[in-house]
Amino acid sequence: MPSHPTSSLGAPAQHLAPGADLVVSARGLVKRFEELVAVDHVDFDIVRGESFGFLGPNGAGKTSTMRMIACMSPKSGGELQVLGMDPQTNGPEIRARIGLVPQEDSLDLQLTVLDNLMIYGRYFDLPRKVIKERAGNLLEFAQLSERAHDTVEPLSGGMKRRLTIARALISEPDLLILDEPTTGLDPQARHLLWDRLYRLKSQGVTLVITTHYMDEAEQLCDRLVVMDKGSIAASGSPASLIERYSTREVLELRFPPDAGPAAAAIDGVAERVEFLPDRVLLYTANGEQTLADVMARGITPVNWLVRRSSLEDVFLSLTGRTLID
Amino acid sequence: MTAELETWGMDEAQGARMPPTLRVLRYHLYTYMRTWRSSLTTSFLAPVLYLAAMGVGLGSLINHHVGTVEGVKYLDFVAPGLLAASAMQVAASDSMYPVMAAIKWIRTYYAMLATPLRVLDVLFGHFAWVVARLVLTAVTYLGVMAAFGTVHSPWAVLALPAAILTGLSFSSIISAFAASQENDQGFATISRLGLIPLFLLSATFFPLSQLPGWMHPIAYATPLFHGVDLCRMLVLGHVDWASAAWDLAYLVALSAFGAWLARRLFERRLVI
Repeated sequence: MPSHPTSSLGAPAQHLAPGADLVVSARGLVKRFEELVAVDHVDFDIVRGESFGFLGPNGAGKTSTMRMIACMSPKSGGELQVLGMDPQTNGPEIRARIGLVPQEDSLDLQLTVLDNLMIYGRYFDLPRKVIKERAGNLLEFAQLSERAHDTVEPLSGGMKRRLTIARALISEPDLLILDEPTTGLDPQARHLLWDRLYRLKSQGVTLVITTHYMDEAEQLCDRLVVMDKGSIAASGSPASLIERYSTREVLELRFPPDAGPAAAAIDGVAERVEFLPDRVLLYTANGEQTLADVMARGITPVNWLVRRSSLEDVFLSLTGRTLID
Repeated sequence: MTAELETWGMDEAQGARMPPTLRVLRYHLYTYMRTWRSSLTTSFLAPVLYLAAMGVGLGSLINHHVGTVEGVKYLDFVAPGLLAASAMQVAASDSMYPVMAAIKWIRTYYAMLATPLRVLDVLFGHFAWVVARLVLTAVTYLGVMAAFGTVHSPWAVLALPAAILTGLSFSSIISAFAASQENDQGFATISRLGLIPLFLLSATFFPLSQLPGWMHPIAYATPLFHGVDLCRMLVLGHVDWASAAWDLAYLVALSAFGAWLARRLFERRLVI
Protein backbone atom coordinates (compact mmCIF):
# COMPACT_ATOMS: atom_id res chain seq x y z
CA MET A 1 0.00 0.00 0.00
CA PRO A 2 1.76 3.13 -1.11
CA SER A 3 1.65 5.73 1.62
CA HIS A 4 3.20 8.40 -0.57
CA PRO A 5 2.53 9.16 -4.20
CA THR A 6 5.77 8.35 -5.92
CA SER A 7 4.58 8.45 -9.50
CA SER A 8 3.87 12.18 -9.54
CA LEU A 9 6.70 14.58 -8.94
CA GLY A 10 5.60 17.30 -6.59
CA ALA A 11 2.24 16.45 -5.13
CA PRO A 12 -0.53 18.98 -5.77
CA ALA A 13 -0.76 21.74 -3.23
CA GLN A 14 -2.80 20.96 -0.17
CA HIS A 15 -3.86 22.45 3.16
CA LEU A 16 -4.16 25.90 1.66
CA ALA A 17 -6.41 28.21 3.61
CA PRO A 18 -9.93 28.16 2.14
CA GLY A 19 -10.59 30.78 -0.51
CA ALA A 20 -6.92 31.58 -0.84
CA ASP A 21 -5.42 29.96 -3.86
CA LEU A 22 -2.43 32.21 -3.45
CA VAL A 23 0.82 30.42 -2.89
CA VAL A 24 2.73 33.62 -2.29
CA SER A 25 1.40 37.07 -1.56
CA ALA A 26 3.53 40.18 -1.00
CA ARG A 27 2.43 43.71 -0.16
CA GLY A 28 4.91 46.53 0.20
CA LEU A 29 7.68 43.99 0.69
CA VAL A 30 11.03 45.54 1.58
CA LYS A 31 14.53 44.15 1.96
CA ARG A 32 17.28 46.40 3.24
CA PHE A 33 20.97 45.66 3.68
CA GLU A 34 22.17 48.49 5.89
CA GLU A 35 22.08 51.48 3.50
CA LEU A 36 21.13 49.54 0.39
CA VAL A 37 17.45 48.98 -0.38
CA ALA A 38 17.53 45.74 -2.40
CA VAL A 39 13.75 45.29 -2.58
CA ASP A 40 11.72 48.47 -2.39
CA HIS A 41 8.02 48.04 -1.59
CA VAL A 42 6.99 45.40 -4.10
CA ASP A 43 3.54 43.81 -4.45
CA PHE A 44 2.84 40.53 -6.18
CA ASP A 45 0.66 37.43 -5.93
CA ILE A 46 1.57 33.97 -7.11
CA VAL A 47 -1.33 31.63 -7.79
CA ARG A 48 -1.18 27.89 -7.26
CA GLY A 49 -0.16 25.94 -10.33
CA GLU A 50 1.23 28.86 -12.28
CA SER A 51 4.75 29.50 -13.36
CA PHE A 52 5.81 32.91 -12.17
CA GLY A 53 8.94 34.75 -13.25
CA PHE A 54 11.09 37.49 -11.80
CA LEU A 55 13.00 39.17 -14.57
CA GLY A 56 15.62 41.80 -14.12
CA PRO A 57 19.22 42.83 -14.57
CA ASN A 58 21.83 41.93 -11.97
CA GLY A 59 21.19 43.70 -8.70
CA ALA A 60 17.50 44.27 -9.43
CA GLY A 61 16.48 42.51 -6.21
CA LYS A 62 15.37 39.17 -7.68
CA THR A 63 17.49 36.94 -5.48
CA SER A 64 16.66 38.92 -2.34
CA THR A 65 12.97 38.49 -3.11
CA MET A 66 13.49 34.81 -3.78
CA ARG A 67 15.32 34.26 -0.51
CA MET A 68 12.53 35.94 1.42
CA ILE A 69 9.94 33.69 -0.25
CA ALA A 70 12.10 30.67 0.58
CA CYS A 71 12.09 31.77 4.26
CA MET A 72 15.87 31.98 4.29
CA SER A 73 16.07 35.71 4.67
CA PRO A 74 13.87 37.87 6.93
CA LYS A 75 11.98 40.75 5.36
CA SER A 76 12.82 44.31 6.42
CA GLY A 77 9.26 45.57 5.98
CA GLY A 78 5.86 45.01 4.40
CA GLU A 79 3.72 41.89 4.29
CA LEU A 80 4.64 38.44 3.05
CA GLN A 81 2.58 35.26 3.12
CA VAL A 82 3.86 31.96 1.77
CA LEU A 83 1.55 28.95 1.55
CA GLY A 84 -0.85 30.83 3.78
CA MET A 85 1.71 31.22 6.57
CA ASP A 86 4.02 33.89 7.90
CA PRO A 87 7.69 33.19 7.14
CA GLN A 88 8.75 34.93 10.34
CA THR A 89 6.90 32.53 12.61
CA ASN A 90 6.46 29.43 10.44
CA GLY A 91 9.77 29.24 8.60
CA PRO A 92 10.45 25.52 9.13
CA GLU A 93 6.83 24.54 8.30
CA ILE A 94 6.90 26.57 5.09
CA ARG A 95 10.33 25.30 4.08
CA ALA A 96 9.08 21.75 4.55
CA ARG A 97 6.80 22.39 1.56
CA ILE A 98 9.21 24.37 -0.60
CA GLY A 99 11.91 23.15 -2.95
CA LEU A 100 14.76 25.58 -3.50
CA VAL A 101 17.21 25.58 -6.40
CA PRO A 102 19.72 28.23 -5.36
CA GLN A 103 21.76 30.29 -7.78
CA GLU A 104 24.94 28.52 -6.74
CA ASP A 105 24.82 24.75 -6.44
CA SER A 106 25.38 23.55 -2.89
CA LEU A 107 25.83 19.86 -3.65
CA ASP A 108 28.18 17.67 -1.69
CA LEU A 109 30.82 17.09 -4.32
CA GLN A 110 32.56 14.23 -2.54
CA LEU A 111 29.37 12.21 -2.21
CA THR A 112 27.58 10.25 -4.88
CA VAL A 113 24.58 11.52 -6.79
CA LEU A 114 22.26 9.19 -4.88
CA ASP A 115 23.80 10.06 -1.50
CA ASN A 116 23.12 13.72 -2.15
CA LEU A 117 19.43 12.93 -2.52
CA MET A 118 19.41 10.60 0.48
CA ILE A 119 21.00 13.16 2.77
CA TYR A 120 18.79 16.00 1.62
CA GLY A 121 15.66 13.90 2.07
CA ARG A 122 16.80 13.16 5.60
CA TYR A 123 16.86 16.87 6.42
CA PHE A 124 13.11 16.76 5.80
CA ASP A 125 12.95 13.75 8.10
CA LEU A 126 11.55 11.57 5.34
CA PRO A 127 11.81 7.84 5.92
CA ARG A 128 14.71 6.18 4.14
CA LYS A 129 12.41 3.94 2.17
CA VAL A 130 10.38 6.86 0.86
CA ILE A 131 13.49 8.79 -0.14
CA LYS A 132 14.88 5.77 -1.96
CA GLU A 133 11.72 5.36 -3.99
CA ARG A 134 11.50 9.01 -4.86
CA ALA A 135 15.22 9.23 -5.62
CA GLY A 136 14.84 6.51 -8.23
CA ASN A 137 12.07 8.42 -9.99
CA LEU A 138 13.81 11.76 -9.67
CA LEU A 139 17.09 10.47 -11.08
CA GLU A 140 15.19 9.16 -14.05
CA PHE A 141 13.42 12.49 -14.39
CA ALA A 142 16.77 14.31 -14.25
CA GLN A 143 18.37 11.82 -16.66
CA LEU A 144 20.95 10.88 -14.05
CA SER A 145 20.01 7.26 -13.34
CA GLU A 146 23.22 5.98 -14.86
CA ARG A 147 25.30 8.31 -12.71
CA ALA A 148 23.52 7.44 -9.45
CA HIS A 149 26.61 5.90 -7.88
CA ASP A 150 29.19 8.34 -9.26
CA THR A 151 30.54 11.17 -7.16
CA VAL A 152 29.18 14.58 -8.04
CA GLU A 153 32.45 16.46 -8.56
CA PRO A 154 33.22 15.40 -12.16
CA LEU A 155 29.65 15.88 -13.43
CA SER A 156 28.97 18.60 -16.00
CA GLY A 157 27.34 21.87 -15.03
CA GLY A 158 24.06 20.77 -16.59
CA MET A 159 24.06 17.50 -14.67
CA LYS A 160 24.79 19.27 -11.39
CA ARG A 161 21.96 21.67 -12.08
CA ARG A 162 19.56 18.81 -12.81
CA LEU A 163 20.69 17.08 -9.64
CA THR A 164 20.05 20.25 -7.67
CA ILE A 165 16.54 20.36 -9.11
CA ALA A 166 16.00 16.67 -8.35
CA ARG A 167 17.21 17.32 -4.82
CA ALA A 168 14.78 20.20 -4.39
CA LEU A 169 11.94 17.86 -5.44
CA ILE A 170 12.74 15.10 -2.94
CA SER A 171 10.19 16.48 -0.47
CA GLU A 172 7.50 16.71 -3.17
CA PRO A 173 7.15 20.45 -2.61
CA ASP A 174 4.05 22.51 -3.35
CA LEU A 175 6.28 25.33 -4.54
CA LEU A 176 9.54 25.06 -6.45
CA ILE A 177 11.78 28.12 -6.43
CA LEU A 178 14.49 28.34 -9.07
CA ASP A 179 17.05 31.12 -8.89
CA GLU A 180 18.62 31.50 -12.34
CA PRO A 181 18.29 27.80 -13.14
CA THR A 182 20.16 27.84 -16.45
CA THR A 183 22.84 30.49 -15.98
CA GLY A 184 26.16 29.18 -17.24
CA LEU A 185 24.75 26.20 -19.11
CA ASP A 186 25.24 25.41 -22.78
CA PRO A 187 22.19 25.48 -25.12
CA GLN A 188 21.65 21.71 -25.03
CA ALA A 189 21.67 21.64 -21.25
CA ARG A 190 19.32 24.63 -21.10
CA HIS A 191 16.80 23.05 -23.43
CA LEU A 192 16.81 19.80 -21.49
CA LEU A 193 16.26 21.73 -18.29
CA TRP A 194 13.41 23.73 -19.79
CA ASP A 195 11.80 20.51 -20.89
CA ARG A 196 12.01 19.12 -17.36
CA LEU A 197 10.63 22.30 -15.83
CA TYR A 198 7.82 22.32 -18.35
CA ARG A 199 6.92 18.78 -17.26
CA LEU A 200 6.81 19.83 -13.63
CA LYS A 201 4.56 22.71 -14.53
CA SER A 202 2.18 20.43 -16.39
CA GLN A 203 2.09 18.22 -13.29
CA GLY A 204 0.73 21.20 -11.36
CA VAL A 205 3.83 22.25 -9.44
CA THR A 206 3.92 25.99 -8.80
CA LEU A 207 7.16 27.37 -10.17
CA VAL A 208 8.87 30.61 -9.25
CA ILE A 209 11.78 31.43 -11.51
CA THR A 210 14.27 34.25 -11.60
CA THR A 211 16.19 34.78 -14.79
CA HIS A 212 17.78 37.37 -16.95
CA TYR A 213 17.26 35.26 -20.04
CA MET A 214 14.27 36.55 -21.95
CA ASP A 215 13.82 33.40 -24.00
CA GLU A 216 13.69 31.42 -20.79
CA ALA A 217 10.99 33.67 -19.38
CA GLU A 218 9.00 33.47 -22.61
CA GLN A 219 9.28 29.68 -22.63
CA LEU A 220 8.48 29.00 -19.01
CA CYS A 221 6.52 31.80 -17.39
CA ASP A 222 2.76 32.24 -17.42
CA ARG A 223 3.17 35.58 -15.70
CA LEU A 224 6.15 37.61 -14.74
CA VAL A 225 7.30 40.83 -13.19
CA VAL A 226 10.16 42.89 -14.50
CA MET A 227 12.26 44.18 -11.59
CA ASP A 228 14.60 47.10 -11.82
CA LYS A 229 16.49 48.75 -8.94
CA GLY A 230 14.41 46.95 -6.33
CA SER A 231 11.01 47.87 -7.76
CA ILE A 232 8.58 46.22 -10.13
CA ALA A 233 8.71 48.04 -13.45
CA ALA A 234 5.98 46.02 -15.17
CA SER A 235 3.99 42.82 -14.76
CA GLY A 236 1.83 40.55 -16.86
CA SER A 237 2.06 37.61 -19.23
CA PRO A 238 4.94 37.66 -21.73
CA ALA A 239 2.49 38.34 -24.57
CA SER A 240 0.69 41.14 -22.76
CA LEU A 241 3.99 42.78 -21.82
CA ILE A 242 5.13 42.71 -25.42
CA GLU A 243 1.83 44.17 -26.49
CA ARG A 244 1.94 46.91 -23.89
CA TYR A 245 5.59 47.90 -23.98
CA SER A 246 6.61 47.08 -27.53
CA THR A 247 5.19 46.76 -31.01
CA ARG A 248 4.28 43.62 -32.89
CA GLU A 249 7.42 43.68 -35.02
CA VAL A 250 10.86 45.18 -35.00
CA LEU A 251 12.79 46.22 -38.09
CA GLU A 252 16.53 46.21 -37.58
CA LEU A 253 18.63 48.21 -40.02
CA ARG A 254 22.39 48.25 -40.36
CA PHE A 255 24.35 51.12 -41.89
CA PRO A 256 28.00 51.64 -42.60
CA PRO A 257 29.76 53.17 -39.55
CA ASP A 258 29.97 56.64 -41.09
CA ALA A 259 26.34 56.86 -42.27
CA GLY A 260 25.12 58.97 -39.32
CA PRO A 261 23.12 61.64 -41.24
CA ALA A 262 21.40 59.10 -43.51
CA ALA A 263 20.30 57.10 -40.50
CA ALA A 264 18.95 60.22 -38.83
CA ALA A 265 16.64 60.81 -41.79
CA ILE A 266 14.67 57.74 -40.67
CA ASP A 267 13.21 59.59 -37.70
CA GLY A 268 9.44 59.48 -37.61
CA VAL A 269 8.96 56.57 -39.97
CA ALA A 270 7.98 54.18 -37.15
CA GLU A 271 6.20 54.38 -33.77
CA ARG A 272 9.52 54.40 -31.97
CA VAL A 273 13.04 54.46 -33.34
CA GLU A 274 16.10 53.57 -31.34
CA PHE A 275 19.60 54.42 -32.53
CA LEU A 276 22.30 52.03 -31.38
CA PRO A 277 26.00 52.27 -32.23
CA ASP A 278 25.79 49.46 -34.79
CA ARG A 279 22.16 49.48 -35.85
CA VAL A 280 18.82 51.24 -35.84
CA LEU A 281 15.74 49.58 -34.38
CA LEU A 282 12.31 50.55 -35.66
CA TYR A 283 9.37 49.44 -33.54
CA THR A 284 6.39 48.96 -35.81
CA ALA A 285 3.25 46.92 -36.40
CA ASN A 286 4.38 45.91 -39.87
CA GLY A 287 8.10 45.53 -40.51
CA GLU A 288 7.93 44.98 -44.25
CA GLN A 289 5.78 48.07 -44.74
CA THR A 290 8.16 50.17 -42.63
CA LEU A 291 11.10 48.87 -44.63
CA ALA A 292 9.35 49.96 -47.82
CA ASP A 293 8.75 53.42 -46.26
CA VAL A 294 12.44 53.69 -45.37
CA MET A 295 13.46 52.73 -48.91
CA ALA A 296 10.95 55.24 -50.28
CA ARG A 297 12.88 57.97 -48.48
CA GLY A 298 15.88 56.98 -50.54
CA ILE A 299 17.73 55.42 -47.64
CA THR A 300 19.43 52.09 -48.30
CA PRO A 301 20.77 50.16 -45.31
CA VAL A 302 23.63 47.63 -45.66
CA ASN A 303 21.29 44.95 -44.47
CA TRP A 304 18.05 44.55 -42.57
CA LEU A 305 15.99 42.12 -40.53
CA VAL A 306 12.31 42.00 -39.71
CA ARG A 307 11.51 40.07 -36.55
CA ARG A 308 8.77 39.59 -34.02
CA SER A 309 9.05 41.77 -30.98
CA SER A 310 10.39 39.86 -27.99
CA LEU A 311 10.48 40.14 -24.25
CA GLU A 312 14.00 41.39 -24.64
CA ASP A 313 12.71 44.53 -26.35
CA VAL A 314 10.30 45.05 -23.46
CA PHE A 315 13.03 44.45 -20.95
CA LEU A 316 15.48 46.83 -22.54
CA SER A 317 12.91 49.56 -22.98
CA LEU A 318 11.98 49.24 -19.30
CA THR A 319 15.40 48.85 -17.75
CA GLY A 320 17.55 50.70 -20.26
CA ARG A 321 20.60 49.65 -22.18
CA THR A 322 23.18 50.92 -19.75
CA LEU A 323 25.43 48.20 -18.42
CA ILE A 324 24.58 47.33 -14.83
CA ASP A 325 27.20 45.76 -12.63
CA MET B 1 9.00 -10.32 7.02
CA THR B 2 7.48 -8.25 4.25
CA ALA B 3 4.49 -7.39 6.38
CA GLU B 4 6.78 -6.34 9.18
CA LEU B 5 8.73 -4.08 6.89
CA GLU B 6 5.51 -2.56 5.63
CA THR B 7 4.30 -1.76 9.12
CA TRP B 8 7.64 -0.34 10.01
CA GLY B 9 7.58 1.83 6.89
CA MET B 10 4.12 3.10 7.78
CA ASP B 11 5.26 4.04 11.24
CA GLU B 12 8.19 5.86 9.82
CA ALA B 13 6.00 7.67 7.34
CA GLN B 14 4.28 9.44 10.24
CA GLY B 15 7.26 11.78 10.10
CA ALA B 16 9.00 13.95 12.72
CA ARG B 17 10.81 11.08 14.31
CA MET B 18 14.30 12.42 14.51
CA PRO B 19 15.26 15.65 16.28
CA PRO B 20 16.70 18.19 13.81
CA THR B 21 20.09 18.26 15.53
CA LEU B 22 20.49 14.56 14.96
CA ARG B 23 19.55 14.91 11.29
CA VAL B 24 22.50 17.27 10.92
CA LEU B 25 24.72 14.92 12.92
CA ARG B 26 23.70 12.15 10.54
CA TYR B 27 24.90 14.22 7.62
CA HIS B 28 28.34 14.54 9.24
CA LEU B 29 28.48 10.82 10.00
CA TYR B 30 27.47 10.11 6.41
CA THR B 31 30.30 12.15 4.97
CA TYR B 32 32.73 10.79 7.57
CA MET B 33 32.00 7.25 6.43
CA ARG B 34 33.81 8.06 3.22
CA THR B 35 37.08 8.96 4.92
CA TRP B 36 36.92 7.06 8.19
CA ARG B 37 39.75 4.67 7.33
CA SER B 38 42.48 7.28 7.04
CA SER B 39 41.03 9.30 9.89
CA LEU B 40 40.88 6.28 12.16
CA THR B 41 44.48 5.41 11.44
CA THR B 42 45.54 8.93 12.35
CA SER B 43 43.57 8.99 15.56
CA PHE B 44 45.16 5.69 16.59
CA LEU B 45 48.66 6.43 15.38
CA ALA B 46 48.95 9.89 16.94
CA PRO B 47 48.70 8.73 20.57
CA VAL B 48 51.03 5.81 19.94
CA LEU B 49 53.67 8.07 18.43
CA TYR B 50 53.34 10.81 21.03
CA LEU B 51 53.42 8.44 23.96
CA ALA B 52 56.36 6.52 22.51
CA ALA B 53 58.39 9.63 21.66
CA MET B 54 57.52 11.92 24.56
CA GLY B 55 56.66 9.46 27.25
CA VAL B 56 59.07 6.63 26.62
CA GLY B 57 61.89 8.34 24.70
CA LEU B 58 62.11 11.71 26.39
CA GLY B 59 60.73 10.16 29.55
CA SER B 60 63.61 7.72 30.03
CA LEU B 61 66.03 10.63 29.74
CA ILE B 62 64.11 12.65 32.31
CA ASN B 63 63.61 9.76 34.66
CA HIS B 64 67.31 9.04 34.45
CA HIS B 65 68.46 12.61 35.17
CA VAL B 66 65.66 14.21 37.12
CA GLY B 67 63.80 11.29 38.59
CA THR B 68 60.06 11.75 38.89
CA VAL B 69 57.96 14.71 37.82
CA GLU B 70 55.46 15.80 40.47
CA GLY B 71 56.02 12.42 42.06
CA VAL B 72 55.28 10.25 39.02
CA LYS B 73 57.20 8.84 36.05
CA TYR B 74 57.39 11.27 33.12
CA LEU B 75 55.29 8.99 30.88
CA ASP B 76 52.54 9.02 33.51
CA PHE B 77 52.83 12.77 33.82
CA VAL B 78 52.71 13.59 30.12
CA ALA B 79 50.07 11.08 28.95
CA PRO B 80 46.96 12.78 30.43
CA GLY B 81 48.26 16.13 29.22
CA LEU B 82 48.47 14.75 25.71
CA LEU B 83 44.95 13.39 26.02
CA ALA B 84 43.59 16.87 26.74
CA ALA B 85 45.81 18.55 24.15
CA SER B 86 44.78 16.15 21.40
CA ALA B 87 41.13 16.79 22.22
CA MET B 88 41.88 20.46 21.71
CA GLN B 89 43.52 19.79 18.36
CA VAL B 90 40.78 17.55 17.00
CA ALA B 91 38.07 19.96 18.07
CA ALA B 92 39.92 22.94 16.65
CA SER B 93 40.62 21.39 13.28
CA ASP B 94 37.01 20.22 12.92
CA SER B 95 35.79 23.72 13.70
CA MET B 96 37.96 25.72 11.32
CA TYR B 97 38.09 24.57 7.68
CA PRO B 98 34.96 22.38 7.80
CA VAL B 99 32.87 25.31 9.11
CA MET B 100 34.30 27.68 6.50
CA ALA B 101 33.67 25.10 3.77
CA ALA B 102 30.07 24.64 4.86
CA ILE B 103 29.55 28.40 4.75
CA LYS B 104 31.61 29.47 1.75
CA TRP B 105 33.01 26.66 -0.33
CA ILE B 106 30.48 23.83 -0.42
CA ARG B 107 27.66 25.92 1.08
CA THR B 108 26.30 22.92 2.95
CA TYR B 109 24.76 25.11 5.64
CA TYR B 110 22.72 27.01 3.06
CA ALA B 111 21.49 23.73 1.61
CA MET B 112 20.43 22.70 5.12
CA LEU B 113 18.74 26.03 5.82
CA ALA B 114 16.56 25.69 2.71
CA THR B 115 14.94 22.70 4.45
CA PRO B 116 13.00 22.73 7.74
CA LEU B 117 16.31 22.92 9.63
CA ARG B 118 17.13 26.13 11.50
CA VAL B 119 20.45 27.81 12.27
CA LEU B 120 20.41 26.43 15.78
CA ASP B 121 19.93 22.89 14.41
CA VAL B 122 22.85 23.38 12.06
CA LEU B 123 25.06 24.67 14.88
CA PHE B 124 24.11 22.02 17.43
CA GLY B 125 24.44 19.34 14.77
CA HIS B 126 27.97 20.57 14.19
CA PHE B 127 28.73 20.46 17.92
CA ALA B 128 27.20 17.00 18.14
CA TRP B 129 29.55 15.89 15.40
CA VAL B 130 32.56 17.43 17.15
CA VAL B 131 31.56 15.61 20.33
CA ALA B 132 31.30 12.35 18.38
CA ARG B 133 34.80 12.91 17.04
CA LEU B 134 36.04 13.74 20.55
CA VAL B 135 34.53 10.59 21.98
CA LEU B 136 36.37 8.57 19.36
CA THR B 137 39.63 10.42 19.97
CA ALA B 138 39.46 10.30 23.76
CA VAL B 139 38.50 6.63 23.92
CA THR B 140 41.32 5.72 21.53
CA TYR B 141 43.80 7.81 23.49
CA LEU B 142 42.79 6.37 26.83
CA GLY B 143 42.97 2.87 25.35
CA VAL B 144 46.50 3.46 24.10
CA MET B 145 47.42 5.02 27.45
CA ALA B 146 46.17 1.91 29.22
CA ALA B 147 48.28 -0.21 26.89
CA PHE B 148 51.30 1.89 27.86
CA GLY B 149 50.42 1.29 31.50
CA THR B 150 49.76 4.93 32.36
CA VAL B 151 46.24 4.60 33.72
CA HIS B 152 46.42 4.41 37.51
CA SER B 153 42.94 5.02 38.81
CA PRO B 154 39.33 4.11 38.08
CA TRP B 155 38.69 7.86 38.05
CA ALA B 156 40.46 7.81 34.68
CA VAL B 157 37.07 6.98 33.12
CA LEU B 158 36.02 10.52 33.98
CA ALA B 159 38.98 11.84 32.02
CA LEU B 160 36.93 10.97 28.91
CA PRO B 161 34.20 13.54 29.57
CA ALA B 162 36.87 15.94 30.83
CA ALA B 163 38.77 15.70 27.54
CA ILE B 164 35.54 15.98 25.56
CA LEU B 165 34.56 19.10 27.48
CA THR B 166 38.02 20.56 26.88
CA GLY B 167 37.55 19.97 23.16
CA LEU B 168 34.06 21.41 23.15
CA SER B 169 35.22 24.64 24.79
CA PHE B 170 37.68 25.12 21.94
CA SER B 171 35.20 24.02 19.29
CA SER B 172 32.56 26.52 20.35
CA ILE B 173 34.92 29.51 20.36
CA ILE B 174 36.68 28.53 17.14
CA SER B 175 33.41 27.76 15.32
CA ALA B 176 32.24 31.24 16.23
CA PHE B 177 35.49 32.65 14.90
CA ALA B 178 35.25 30.59 11.69
CA ALA B 179 31.72 31.89 11.03
CA SER B 180 33.01 35.46 11.24
CA GLN B 181 35.83 34.99 8.71
CA GLU B 182 35.80 35.82 5.01
CA ASN B 183 38.69 33.47 4.19
CA ASP B 184 40.88 30.87 5.82
CA GLN B 185 43.88 33.07 6.61
CA GLY B 186 42.77 33.59 10.19
CA PHE B 187 43.05 29.87 10.87
CA ALA B 188 46.82 29.87 10.43
CA THR B 189 47.00 32.73 12.93
CA ILE B 190 44.82 30.84 15.39
CA SER B 191 47.14 27.85 15.13
CA ARG B 192 50.37 29.80 15.37
CA LEU B 193 49.40 32.27 18.07
CA GLY B 194 46.79 30.22 19.88
CA LEU B 195 46.89 26.47 19.64
CA ILE B 196 50.63 25.81 19.39
CA PRO B 197 51.60 28.04 22.35
CA LEU B 198 48.80 26.49 24.37
CA PHE B 199 49.93 23.02 23.40
CA LEU B 200 53.48 23.76 24.53
CA LEU B 201 52.86 25.92 27.60
CA SER B 202 49.72 24.63 29.30
CA ALA B 203 51.54 22.25 31.61
CA THR B 204 51.14 19.53 29.02
CA PHE B 205 54.84 18.62 28.91
CA PHE B 206 56.12 20.06 32.18
CA PRO B 207 54.63 21.36 35.43
CA LEU B 208 53.52 24.96 35.63
CA SER B 209 56.17 25.51 38.32
CA GLN B 210 58.84 25.33 35.61
CA LEU B 211 57.51 28.51 33.98
CA PRO B 212 58.52 31.94 35.35
CA GLY B 213 56.09 33.26 37.92
CA TRP B 214 54.66 36.00 35.74
CA MET B 215 53.46 33.41 33.24
CA HIS B 216 51.42 31.47 35.78
CA PRO B 217 48.34 33.71 35.66
CA ILE B 218 48.45 33.60 31.86
CA ALA B 219 48.59 29.80 31.80
CA TYR B 220 45.88 29.73 34.40
CA ALA B 221 43.61 31.87 32.25
CA THR B 222 43.79 29.53 29.25
CA PRO B 223 41.37 26.66 28.75
CA LEU B 224 43.89 23.96 27.91
CA PHE B 225 45.59 24.34 31.27
CA HIS B 226 42.34 23.45 33.03
CA GLY B 227 41.68 20.54 30.67
CA VAL B 228 45.17 19.15 31.27
CA ASP B 229 44.90 19.67 35.04
CA LEU B 230 41.54 17.89 35.19
CA CYS B 231 42.59 14.97 33.00
CA ARG B 232 45.87 14.53 34.88
CA MET B 233 44.26 14.44 38.30
CA LEU B 234 41.67 11.91 37.14
CA VAL B 235 44.06 9.60 35.31
CA LEU B 236 46.61 9.60 38.12
CA GLY B 237 43.91 9.32 40.76
CA HIS B 238 45.29 12.28 42.74
CA VAL B 239 42.11 14.31 42.67
CA ASP B 240 41.94 17.64 44.45
CA TRP B 241 38.18 18.09 44.24
CA ALA B 242 38.25 21.84 44.84
CA SER B 243 40.54 22.56 41.91
CA ALA B 244 38.73 19.92 39.82
CA ALA B 245 35.48 21.80 40.43
CA TRP B 246 37.16 25.03 39.42
CA ASP B 247 38.55 23.45 36.22
CA LEU B 248 35.13 22.05 35.41
CA ALA B 249 33.38 25.36 36.03
CA TYR B 250 35.88 27.15 33.81
CA LEU B 251 35.41 24.71 30.90
CA VAL B 252 31.62 24.65 31.18
CA ALA B 253 31.46 28.44 31.30
CA LEU B 254 33.75 28.80 28.31
CA SER B 255 31.77 26.23 26.29
CA ALA B 256 28.51 27.98 27.12
CA PHE B 257 29.92 31.37 26.20
CA GLY B 258 31.38 29.97 22.98
CA ALA B 259 28.07 28.35 22.03
CA TRP B 260 26.23 31.61 22.66
CA LEU B 261 28.75 33.54 20.57
CA ALA B 262 28.71 30.92 17.81
CA ARG B 263 24.94 31.09 17.63
CA ARG B 264 25.05 34.87 17.23
CA LEU B 265 27.74 34.75 14.58
CA PHE B 266 26.15 31.84 12.70
CA GLU B 267 22.85 33.75 12.62
CA ARG B 268 24.55 36.90 11.45
CA ARG B 269 26.41 35.04 8.72
CA LEU B 270 23.75 32.65 7.48
CA VAL B 271 20.52 34.62 7.84
CA ILE B 272 20.92 37.79 5.84
